[in-house]
Amino acid sequence: MNIAVLLKQVPDTTAKITVADGRVDENAVSKWSMSPYDEYALESALQLSAGVDGTITVVTAGPDRCNRMLTDAAAVGADNLVRIDVEDLSALDSTQVQSLLAAAVQNIGADVVFCGKQASDTNAGSTGPGVAELMEAACVTLVSEVSADGNGFSAMRQSSSGSERIAITAPCIFAFDKGTIEMRRPNVRGIMMAKKKQIKVISAADLGVDIGAASVSISGHTPPSQKAAGQMFEGADSVSVVVGKLRDEANVI
Amino acid sequence: MTFTIIAESSGDSLHPTTAQLVGAASSLGNGSTVICPGGIGAAEAATIAGVEKVISVIGDCFSTFDGGAWASAINSVCNGVIFASASPIGREIAARIAAKRGIPIIQDATGLADGITITRPIYSGKAVEISTVAGDCVITLRPNAFDAAEGGASAPVNVVDQSADVTIAVMGAIAKASERLDVVEADIIISGGRGIGSIENFRHLEEVADIIGAAVGASRAVVDEWGMPHSMQVGQTGKTVTPSLYIAVGISGAIQHLAGMRSSKFIVAINKDPDAPIFGVADYGIVANWEDAVPALKTALAAL
Repeated sequence: MNIAVLLKQVPDTTAKITVADGRVDENAVSKWSMSPYDEYALESALQLSAGVDGTITVVTAGPDRCNRMLTDAAAVGADNLVRIDVEDLSALDSTQVQSLLAAAVQNIGADVVFCGKQASDTNAGSTGPGVAELMEAACVTLVSEVSADGNGFSAMRQSSSGSERIAITAPCIFAFDKGTIEMRRPNVRGIMMAKKKQIKVISAADLGVDIGAASVSISGHTPPSQKAAGQMFEGADSVSVVVGKLRDEANVI
Repeated sequence: MTFTIIAESSGDSLHPTTAQLVGAASSLGNGSTVICPGGIGAAEAATIAGVEKVISVIGDCFSTFDGGAWASAINSVCNGVIFASASPIGREIAARIAAKRGIPIIQDATGLADGITITRPIYSGKAVEISTVAGDCVITLRPNAFDAAEGGASAPVNVVDQSADVTIAVMGAIAKASERLDVVEADIIISGGRGIGSIENFRHLEEVADIIGAAVGASRAVVDEWGMPHSMQVGQTGKTVTPSLYIAVGISGAIQHLAGMRSSKFIVAINKDPDAPIFGVADYGIVANWEDAVPALKTALAAL
């Protein structure tokens, strides 16, 4: 079974974001990491692959710095590493990004695609369903576990009333939410092997994709608006005062 | 410019965010067509001011959720600039429709202006992005970020019977462990963090929640370490919430937690550490032990 896992490198959730000259300063980001939801997707792909003797290809779009993330994925067991070379991913709109990823997935001949439900930079959640649409495949979102079941898959997903077990056949995409699994840690051998693993760097032209011009243009970034300093109180006796203010000043209770 | 709105439903009725979607579209100067997937809430949608027409799309595919099938069924009646709620279902259908039509999608907008100029938080609210889009596009709007349109109107309702092939088969459902209100739906949230000591102490927060009809949330630390359900987690890898009132108890306010709740309308923080970062976003900060403050909160709220 050919399994593709879509990964995105994002500023670590602990990283500070600074805005300089009206733009987020990527050079000031202290640490770049694999988006947390992608970690769940990768771990789940590793578990699925172990049972079906599958091949895992991890795919990302981004600049050179993303190579590190791909090597990290190899250290825990990803077989093939693909980076679509994009200097500034944030300048592309959803249509462009999805067309690149869908072409790469088709290139791999993936039977099934795993990804995070959203990346922790934009938190959009467009990629899974969007790539599925371009592949004319189904997409199951908010998934927490996937297993092979006959010719298809069985998966658990969140629903409005709790959770549901669903059945689906390939080709399909699973977009992962946080579940009970955590990404395994690499062992020394994995880390050594990963260093030797080649990263296949491809361009839009290699994929035969003309992404054209972006129809969304970013005019600028700003820091979040600062709230005025709040009122501070000492001790539990002040709770009733605050409750009074919530009723009379804030009108929220 | 033509505006299409994909209505949001909750059970068998229209979700209140639908009126916010209409309000946002109206603020750009146009009336809109509202599409009700599965026909849910069509009659109610017709009463929202600014709605020119409601299209109730009915079909077998709407009995379970398959984003691909839903998008296929409603795509033919979509037109122009398309708005949906930035809820999980709204985002998914919107992304598929955008990809189907080859137009861009911008998710989770919190502001709109002519142009169309779109404001959205990025990096979970650590920065704000302003962008413009030319031509047709799909935009999802963050719940509670836009004023709802008024009621009292009456637009015509057309019914379109349009199903699509379903590829996701639901084999079985497991009900939620608790019947508590979901943090994303709640107008008031009381959340607990590591500072409240143990998972058992959440019952004190639940008691407060019951008095004021609030949902109970949790920080990432207690979800990961104490095994609280992930559905309760507020923050960067949990839910982003925008209630009228957010009460944080024993939560220090890690940057990832602030990312998920800082756009709440009013924030009350209770923490024994006067230097806790949570006080930096609080409208009302109370420096106190939760053991003293939570019972006082219960008493004060019960006396209202």
